[in-house]
Amino acid sequence: MLTRRDTLALGLGATAVATLPMGAFAQTADEVMATYTGGATPAEGGVTITAPEIAENGNTVPIAVSAAGAVEIALFATGNPTPPLGRFAFGEASGAPTIATRVRLGRTQDVVAIAKMADGSFAMARVEVKVTIGGCGG
Amino acid sequence: MTDVRPRIRLPRSASAGDSILVKTLINHDMETGLRRNSAGETIPRQIINRFTCDFNGRNVIDCALEPSISANPYIEFEAIVDQSGDFVFSWHDDNGEVYTATETFTVG
Repeated sequence: MLTRRDTLALGLGATAVATLPMGAFAQTADEVMATYTGGATPAEGGVTITAPEIAENGNTVPIAVSAAGAVEIALFATGNPTPPLGRFAFGEASGAPTIATRVRLGRTQDVVAIAKMADGSFAMARVEVKVTIGGCGG
Repeated sequence: MTDVRPRIRLPRSASAGDSILVKTLINHDMETGLRRNSAGETIPRQIINRFTCDFNGRNVIDCALEPSISANPYIEFEAIVDQSGDFVFSWHDDNGEVYTATETFTVG
Protein backbone atom coordinates (compact mmCIF):
# COMPACT_ATOMS: atom_id res chain seq x y z
CA MET A 1 0.00 0.00 0.00
CA LEU A 2 1.26 3.49 -0.84
CA THR A 3 1.64 5.77 2.15
CA ARG A 4 1.71 9.53 1.87
CA ARG A 5 5.48 9.47 2.38
CA ASP A 6 6.02 6.94 -0.44
CA THR A 7 4.03 9.08 -2.84
CA LEU A 8 6.17 12.09 -1.99
CA ALA A 9 9.39 10.15 -2.57
CA LEU A 10 8.09 8.92 -5.91
CA GLY A 11 7.37 12.47 -6.98
CA LEU A 12 10.86 13.62 -6.02
CA GLY A 13 12.41 10.76 -7.96
CA ALA A 14 10.45 11.66 -11.07
CA THR A 15 11.60 15.28 -10.83
CA ALA A 16 15.22 14.20 -10.54
CA VAL A 17 14.92 12.02 -13.66
CA ALA A 18 13.19 14.77 -15.59
CA THR A 19 15.88 17.38 -14.88
CA LEU A 20 18.78 15.02 -15.54
CA PRO A 21 19.00 15.22 -19.37
CA MET A 22 19.35 19.02 -19.42
CA GLY A 23 22.16 18.88 -16.88
CA ALA A 24 23.87 16.21 -18.96
CA PHE A 25 23.73 18.38 -22.09
CA ALA A 26 25.16 21.43 -20.35
CA GLN A 27 28.06 19.39 -19.02
CA THR A 28 28.70 17.97 -22.46
CA ALA A 29 28.92 21.47 -23.93
CA ASP A 30 31.40 22.52 -21.24
CA GLU A 31 33.42 19.37 -21.85
CA VAL A 32 33.44 19.93 -25.60
CA MET A 33 34.66 23.49 -25.13
CA ALA A 34 37.31 22.42 -22.61
CA THR A 35 38.54 19.82 -25.11
CA TYR A 36 38.83 22.51 -27.78
CA THR A 37 40.92 24.80 -25.57
CA GLY A 38 42.95 21.89 -24.19
CA GLY A 39 41.68 22.71 -20.70
CA ALA A 40 42.78 26.36 -20.82
CA THR A 41 40.27 28.94 -19.62
CA PRO A 42 39.64 31.43 -22.45
CA ALA A 43 39.94 35.14 -21.69
CA GLU A 44 36.73 37.15 -21.85
CA GLY A 45 36.61 39.89 -24.44
CA GLY A 46 38.12 40.48 -27.85
CA VAL A 47 35.45 38.38 -29.50
CA THR A 48 32.24 39.86 -30.89
CA ILE A 49 29.16 37.76 -31.59
CA THR A 50 26.31 39.26 -33.56
CA ALA A 51 23.14 37.23 -33.09
CA PRO A 52 19.45 38.02 -32.75
CA GLU A 53 18.18 38.41 -29.20
CA ILE A 54 15.06 36.47 -30.14
CA ALA A 55 15.07 33.96 -33.00
CA GLU A 56 11.60 33.18 -34.26
CA ASN A 57 12.79 30.17 -36.24
CA GLY A 58 15.49 28.04 -34.65
CA ASN A 59 16.18 26.36 -37.97
CA THR A 60 18.12 29.31 -39.38
CA VAL A 61 19.59 31.68 -36.84
CA PRO A 62 22.10 34.12 -38.35
CA ILE A 63 25.31 34.29 -36.32
CA ALA A 64 28.31 36.49 -37.09
CA VAL A 65 31.58 36.40 -35.18
CA SER A 66 34.71 38.47 -35.40
CA ALA A 67 37.85 38.27 -33.29
CA ALA A 68 40.87 40.43 -34.04
CA GLY A 69 44.06 38.38 -34.16
CA ALA A 70 42.30 35.01 -34.31
CA VAL A 71 43.64 32.18 -36.46
CA GLU A 72 40.55 30.06 -35.86
CA ILE A 73 37.07 30.55 -34.43
CA ALA A 74 34.99 27.70 -32.98
CA LEU A 75 31.26 28.05 -32.36
CA PHE A 76 29.21 26.14 -29.81
CA ALA A 77 25.50 25.93 -29.02
CA THR A 78 25.41 24.99 -25.35
CA GLY A 79 21.86 23.63 -25.42
CA ASN A 80 21.89 21.59 -28.63
CA PRO A 81 22.01 17.76 -28.67
CA THR A 82 25.41 18.15 -30.36
CA PRO A 83 26.97 21.39 -29.05
CA PRO A 84 29.70 22.05 -31.67
CA LEU A 85 28.53 24.21 -34.58
CA GLY A 86 31.74 24.45 -36.55
CA ARG A 87 35.37 25.51 -36.64
CA PHE A 88 36.53 28.20 -39.02
CA ALA A 89 40.27 28.45 -39.71
CA PHE A 90 41.61 31.53 -41.47
CA GLY A 91 44.28 31.07 -44.13
CA GLU A 92 46.98 33.36 -45.44
CA ALA A 93 44.64 34.99 -47.98
CA SER A 94 41.99 35.74 -45.37
CA GLY A 95 40.96 39.38 -45.23
CA ALA A 96 39.79 39.49 -41.62
CA PRO A 97 39.12 36.97 -38.83
CA THR A 98 35.38 37.23 -39.24
CA ILE A 99 32.68 34.83 -40.40
CA ALA A 100 28.92 34.77 -40.69
CA THR A 101 26.73 31.71 -41.03
CA ARG A 102 23.32 30.34 -40.12
CA VAL A 103 22.82 27.72 -37.45
CA ARG A 104 20.15 25.52 -35.89
CA LEU A 105 19.22 26.13 -32.26
CA GLY A 106 16.97 23.56 -30.60
CA ARG A 107 15.81 25.82 -27.78
CA THR A 108 16.66 29.02 -25.93
CA GLN A 109 20.34 28.78 -25.02
CA ASP A 110 23.76 30.41 -25.02
CA VAL A 111 25.88 30.56 -28.15
CA VAL A 112 29.60 30.57 -27.40
CA ALA A 113 32.43 31.61 -29.70
CA ILE A 114 35.99 30.67 -28.79
CA ALA A 115 38.79 32.28 -30.78
CA LYS A 116 42.20 30.69 -31.02
CA MET A 117 44.84 33.41 -31.22
CA ALA A 118 48.13 33.30 -33.12
CA ASP A 119 50.06 32.91 -29.83
CA GLY A 120 47.99 29.85 -28.86
CA SER A 121 45.83 31.62 -26.28
CA PHE A 122 42.04 31.59 -26.37
CA ALA A 123 39.37 34.27 -26.03
CA MET A 124 35.64 33.82 -25.87
CA ALA A 125 32.26 35.50 -25.94
CA ARG A 126 28.81 34.23 -25.01
CA VAL A 127 25.35 35.47 -25.98
CA GLU A 128 21.92 34.16 -25.15
CA VAL A 129 19.51 33.58 -28.02
CA LYS A 130 15.85 33.09 -27.20
CA VAL A 131 14.27 30.60 -29.57
CA THR A 132 10.53 30.64 -30.25
CA ILE A 133 10.37 27.54 -32.47
CA GLY A 134 13.19 25.03 -32.07
CA GLY A 135 15.32 23.84 -34.97
CA CYS A 136 16.04 20.22 -34.16
CA GLY A 137 13.05 18.60 -35.77
CA GLY A 138 10.82 18.74 -32.71
CA MET B 1 21.67 14.87 -53.35
CA THR B 2 21.17 15.01 -57.08
CA ASP B 3 21.28 18.69 -57.96
CA VAL B 4 23.64 20.41 -55.57
CA ARG B 5 24.21 23.90 -56.86
CA PRO B 6 26.74 26.23 -55.22
CA ARG B 7 26.08 29.96 -55.30
CA ILE B 8 28.77 32.56 -54.77
CA ARG B 9 28.57 36.32 -54.55
CA LEU B 10 31.60 38.57 -54.89
CA PRO B 11 31.73 42.36 -55.10
CA ARG B 12 31.63 43.82 -58.62
CA SER B 13 35.01 45.43 -58.29
CA ALA B 14 37.91 45.93 -55.91
CA SER B 15 41.42 47.34 -55.99
CA ALA B 16 44.49 45.17 -55.62
CA GLY B 17 45.14 44.56 -51.92
CA ASP B 18 41.53 45.12 -50.87
CA SER B 19 39.72 42.84 -48.47
CA ILE B 20 36.47 41.74 -50.10
CA LEU B 21 33.35 40.11 -48.69
CA VAL B 22 32.68 36.62 -50.08
CA LYS B 23 29.21 35.11 -49.66
CA THR B 24 28.64 31.43 -50.39
CA LEU B 25 25.64 29.16 -50.25
CA ILE B 26 24.99 25.61 -51.39
CA ASN B 27 21.66 23.80 -51.44
CA HIS B 28 21.94 20.80 -49.15
CA ASP B 29 19.59 19.27 -46.54
CA MET B 30 22.28 19.00 -43.83
CA GLU B 31 20.45 15.95 -42.45
CA THR B 32 21.40 15.85 -38.76
CA GLY B 33 21.00 12.11 -38.13
CA LEU B 34 18.70 12.95 -35.21
CA ARG B 35 15.41 13.09 -37.09
CA ARG B 36 13.06 10.17 -37.67
CA ASN B 37 10.86 9.52 -40.68
CA SER B 38 7.15 8.73 -40.52
CA ALA B 39 7.94 5.03 -39.95
CA GLY B 40 9.96 5.94 -36.85
CA GLU B 41 13.33 5.04 -38.38
CA THR B 42 16.27 7.35 -37.87
CA ILE B 43 17.20 9.23 -41.02
CA PRO B 44 20.98 8.76 -41.45
CA ARG B 45 23.22 11.77 -41.09
CA GLN B 46 24.33 13.45 -44.31
CA ILE B 47 25.87 16.88 -44.06
CA ILE B 48 28.49 19.06 -45.67
CA ASN B 49 31.27 18.44 -43.15
CA ARG B 50 33.92 20.71 -44.61
CA PHE B 51 34.07 23.88 -46.68
CA THR B 52 37.19 25.49 -48.07
CA CYS B 53 38.05 28.53 -50.15
CA ASP B 54 41.37 29.27 -51.88
CA PHE B 55 42.41 32.30 -53.90
CA ASN B 56 45.22 31.74 -56.41
CA GLY B 57 46.22 28.60 -54.52
CA ARG B 58 46.44 30.38 -51.15
CA ASN B 59 43.98 29.34 -48.48
CA VAL B 60 41.34 31.87 -47.42
CA ILE B 61 39.25 29.78 -45.05
CA ASP B 62 38.88 26.15 -44.03
CA CYS B 63 35.73 25.25 -42.11
CA ALA B 64 34.76 22.08 -40.24
CA LEU B 65 30.97 22.03 -40.13
CA GLU B 66 28.70 20.15 -37.74
CA PRO B 67 25.08 18.97 -38.03
CA SER B 68 23.89 22.11 -36.21
CA ILE B 69 24.69 24.25 -39.25
CA SER B 70 21.43 25.12 -41.02
CA ALA B 71 20.23 23.43 -44.18
CA ASN B 72 21.62 25.12 -47.31
CA PRO B 73 24.78 26.18 -45.46
CA TYR B 74 25.59 29.85 -45.87
CA ILE B 75 29.08 31.07 -45.10
CA GLU B 76 30.31 34.62 -45.37
CA PHE B 77 33.93 35.73 -44.88
CA GLU B 78 36.60 38.12 -46.14
CA ALA B 79 39.44 37.54 -48.57
CA ILE B 80 42.38 39.65 -49.65
CA VAL B 81 42.69 40.06 -53.41
CA ASP B 82 46.29 41.11 -54.03
CA GLN B 83 45.84 40.54 -57.77
CA SER B 84 43.37 39.12 -60.26
CA GLY B 85 42.83 35.41 -60.02
CA ASP B 86 40.57 32.49 -59.31
CA PHE B 87 38.59 31.66 -56.22
CA VAL B 88 38.19 27.90 -55.78
CA PHE B 89 35.48 26.71 -53.41
CA SER B 90 34.89 23.15 -52.23
CA TRP B 91 32.13 21.56 -50.20
CA HIS B 92 32.76 18.06 -48.80
CA ASP B 93 29.70 15.83 -48.39
CA ASP B 94 29.44 13.01 -45.82
CA ASN B 95 28.86 10.64 -48.76
CA GLY B 96 32.37 11.35 -50.06
CA GLU B 97 31.37 13.67 -52.88
CA VAL B 98 33.13 17.02 -53.22
CA TYR B 99 31.29 19.84 -54.93
CA THR B 100 33.54 22.54 -56.32
CA ALA B 101 33.05 25.96 -57.87
CA THR B 102 35.46 28.44 -59.42
CA GLU B 103 34.99 32.18 -59.72
CA THR B 104 37.39 34.48 -61.52
CA PHE B 105 37.89 37.84 -59.88
CA THR B 106 39.52 40.79 -61.64
CA VAL B 107 40.98 43.66 -59.65
CA GLY B 108 41.29 47.19 -60.98
